Amino acid sequence: MPRFPRKWLIVLIVLAVVIPLLRPVLPDTVSDYRLFLVSTMMIAAIAVLGLNLLTGFNGQISLGHGAFYAVGAYTAAILMDQANMPYWATLPAAAVVCFIVGYLFGLPALKLEGHYLALATFALALAVPQILKYKWLEGLTGGVQGIVLSKPEVPFGLPLTEDQWLYYYCFVVLVFLYWAAHNILNSRSGRAMMAIRDYHIAADTMGIDTALYKTVTFGISAAYTGIAGALSASAIAFVAPDSFNIFLSIKFLIGLVVGGIGSLTGSIVGGIFYVLVDNSAQALSTFAKNDLGLQFDLSAYTVFGILLIVLMFLMPTGIVGGIYALWRSLHRGPAIVDPHAAPAPAKSASQPATERSH
Amino acid sequence: MEQFLQQLASGLANGAIYACVALALVMIYVSTDHLNFAQGEMAMFSTYISWQLMSWGLSFWTAFIAAVLISFVLGVLIERVILRPLHNAPVLSVVVVFIGLLAICNSMAGAIWSYLIKEYPSPFPKSSFGIAGVIGPHQLGVVLVTLIVLGLLFTFFRYTPLGLAMRAAAQNPSMARLVGVRVDWMLALGWGLAAAVGAVAGIMVAHIVYLDPNMMGGILLYAFASALVGGIGNPGGAVIGGFIVGVLENMVAFAGNQIEKATGVYIIGNGEKLTVALIIVIFVLTVKPAGLFGRVVVKRV
Amino acid sequence: MKKTNRRTFVAGASAAALLTGKGVAFAQKKYDDGASDTEIKIGHTNPYSGPASSYGVIGKTIANYWKSVNEAGGVNGRKINFISLDDGYNPSKTVECVRQLVEQDKVLCTFNTLGTPCNTAIHKYMNQKKVPMLFVATGASKWGNPKEFPWTMGYQPDYHTEGVIYAKHLLANVKDPKIAVLMQNDDYGKDYWNGFKEGLGKDADKVVKHVTYETTDPTVESQVIQLKDSGANVFFNIAIPKFAAQAMRKAGDLGWKPTIYLNNVSSSVANTMKPSGFENVQGVLTAQYLMDPTDKQWADHPDMKAWVAWMKKSNPGGSLDDASNVFAYSVSFLMHKTLEKCGDNLTRENLMRQAANHQKLKVPLCLPGITVSTSPTDYYPIQAVQLARFKGETWELFGDVMHAESS
Repeated sequence: MPRFPRKWLIVLIVLAVVIPLLRPVLPDTVSDYRLFLVSTMMIAAIAVLGLNLLTGFNGQISLGHGAFYAVGAYTAAILMDQANMPYWATLPAAAVVCFIVGYLFGLPALKLEGHYLALATFALALAVPQILKYKWLEGLTGGVQGIVLSKPEVPFGLPLTEDQWLYYYCFVVLVFLYWAAHNILNSRSGRAMMAIRDYHIAADTMGIDTALYKTVTFGISAAYTGIAGALSASAIAFVAPDSFNIFLSIKFLIGLVVGGIGSLTGSIVGGIFYVLVDNSAQALSTFAKNDLGLQFDLSAYTVFGILLIVLMFLMPTGIVGGIYALWRSLHRGPAIVDPHAAPAPAKSASQPATERSH
Repeated sequence: MEQFLQQLASGLANGAIYACVALALVMIYVSTDHLNFAQGEMAMFSTYISWQLMSWGLSFWTAFIAAVLISFVLGVLIERVILRPLHNAPVLSVVVVFIGLLAICNSMAGAIWSYLIKEYPSPFPKSSFGIAGVIGPHQLGVVLVTLIVLGLLFTFFRYTPLGLAMRAAAQNPSMARLVGVRVDWMLALGWGLAAAVGAVAGIMVAHIVYLDPNMMGGILLYAFASALVGGIGNPGGAVIGGFIVGVLENMVAFAGNQIEKATGVYIIGNGEKLTVALIIVIFVLTVKPAGLFGRVVVKRV
Repeated sequence: MKKTNRRTFVAGASAAALLTGKGVAFAQKKYDDGASDTEIKIGHTNPYSGPASSYGVIGKTIANYWKSVNEAGGVNGRKINFISLDDGYNPSKTVECVRQLVEQDKVLCTFNTLGTPCNTAIHKYMNQKKVPMLFVATGASKWGNPKEFPWTMGYQPDYHTEGVIYAKHLLANVKDPKIAVLMQNDDYGKDYWNGFKEGLGKDADKVVKHVTYETTDPTVESQVIQLKDSGANVFFNIAIPKFAAQAMRKAGDLGWKPTIYLNNVSSSVANTMKPSGFENVQGVLTAQYLMDPTDKQWADHPDMKAWVAWMKKSNPGGSLDDASNVFAYSVSFLMHKTLEKCGDNLTRENLMRQAANHQKLKVPLCLPGITVSTSPTDYYPIQAVQLARFKGETWELFGDVMHAESS
């Protein structure tokens, strides 16, 4: 997929900065609720970005990123609740904690390939809610009741609402993390990461320390998603084990795939999709019931399932991949080789080194 | 001692269910290289079909056979209609499709049959079977049925030409095509069989856990763990993995119980089952990355 | 899980604060967001997907209730626009949904939002925004706090108090009790357990075994085996219908016959008692405040007959066996009456005032003797239950209706 053209990026950033300021002028369009919604999209984008670093760019499938999200959220919550840490300081703290957790998980993960890694991460995500409810940790985690927090206050007496401030807070973090990811991927390390994804054995032979790269990438990826979790703790102002079940990890995966694996822009799209899909499924289901007069009650969950299948049929490489393919077929120009993309069409994100036994 | 035996028996019965579902998972994996996340929901849907047939008057075993056959057909259909066009899609995209399938099966079952739990009969008569107070007739029956299903499948794959063709298609599709095997239909058959095995699992477990749309959610998780522990590519291993996971989860609770009795301190118990399952999985995979019975194939470059 | 408001059941006689409720003001029309001459918008969240999806039934029945109200002319001539969103029992999602309802759809209030963690997540927000959060569907004790959270009100008898009742009954009736507890490992279970412990007081050490389960557990057999092994003669069953039934059936299979206290959430005959096997649940005790639709003793009661007729006409997809449909109907009725009392003054403040102004309102399908009373200092609509013992195939009520002291 081609790189996002520079000038569009700048226009987008300017719009993103200016539009929320129009709130006093257009209070219904630029409402607090919408700003909040966009903030949650940005948080989801950061989480999906983290997952993309690991799965899309390094080829290690993770079905358990919800675990790191939970760790980040709870780290932030505990620090804010018990240590009275200011909300912005919880971000680096969550990043460090999650990096360590991710790195530690990356160590045994070195031995696992493909589906084994996927399922091991799946098991990790499953175990997290129980760990959060564990009796001896209740003093810290609040057990099943969770921890109630406050939303970030607007500093320096700026004339902004809490939601506007939240929006800018998330936006700055997103831009920074996106820029950092972009730089990592365009450096030697980034190329090493992708080499490991595409030609694992060759990369090893060429002298790349695959073990180090894989574990560190795991750590970084976990840190990204952990930061997203910490942001969400502030945005929702509440953490409870029920918010971090296995479906969270699955939704991140869906966001990743629908956005576009191996594409940074895809992560942003994925984040947006993650938040919008529930609302759209709900809206579609109501539409089907009220306007199409469907006798049968099509629940939002069914619509969600159908939506996923249809999307994958139409755009198996994700929305960004689909748009790119569309653009290519319209322009019919020479294919622009994206240095980030995996060699096509890889059936699996990484070749399993262990084949099925006979 | 009594508690130990009861936990063991209950673990074996649960393990049999995990084994069945794990078997279905592995069968699809072996033939199509995909992990079917919707396996549990498909099994649940099949069980509802059999329930519906019974409420229309069919006897248990008639409904059982009918539901298994219907599931077979549905499995083949799903493979042909939904998965066939995605043959060349990236593996994660197919995972997303499975999730979509999961959502549809789950919500449709709830919409058609409501979320109230339903009793499900057991075909195993109360009095004849079982060791009283330790293992009940149904639990014993479940274990037996699982072993029979495994035996049937083993015979099918090992000793019939169709089974041979399916194995060939799974291991080396291009070569198999050259020899005249219709690989595409083998894949569809694989799905059909897996769906049928899943139906058996669902019908067997429904009596123990009561029939409701969210019946298989927890079971699927443990089935994944079983498949992992036993080796994803190995059907026999998955079954053994299922029994191991089933027994181990109860043993963890038992051990925690004994510790608490002896020391008065609660360290571990039912609240940590999933965590322990995770640790077991990680441990097994660290020691044996392909599962207990999986084989690590060294790739030549 | 239906969470109820906290109530303190002390058989004291503190007088309820009287409210000089003005009632309906016919003179002027006053509206807040969500109310107009033609409609009243009400917001709602329910888990329609995910592991708690069995509670989605409540939302569907409530929607049909409002539909039938609209068909009969609405409330004071205004149609009810009932907007219900799926939060999948995920508190983060509830926050998003409720913010959408309040800030985008601009509802007048929310009603019967379900789940303790979900309601906890929006508790502060609703009170900051001064939007009524009425008759929440949770049994936690914290919803009746008019001083700090004047915009939130619960509905059903709360779990904590129910636990206290069981404990007190146990201590008074079981000689030398050794208690085993099965608890769902979440806030609903915790609430019951905390109340139970409080009721036991210094006898809390009589609990010889306490085990938990998760909703992802396929069975609770392993837990029940442990409980039996502890030698207990009392079993407090804090589980949702599926697991409660599994537990009681397994207990019967194992030959363990303790005195069983069953939480109200799982007291439905069709949903829990029958699947457990009637022979395994003779003598089980529970506390009730609503009529069980599968209990034959209410079959000829006018409330029940009216409800069955309504179900058949306006909610044909709903099961006549499901106690959730009784719950949904009764709480909707309360909301209906509250809205009616507002008349043309449909401000949020007045809505809250009317909600806190019910004197012994008879809500259909509540047990005889149980009524709804609220006041500015009493935010607990229902504060009475009656104990029942399972006999044959139905619940046999006994003793008096136990009223809580209105605080």
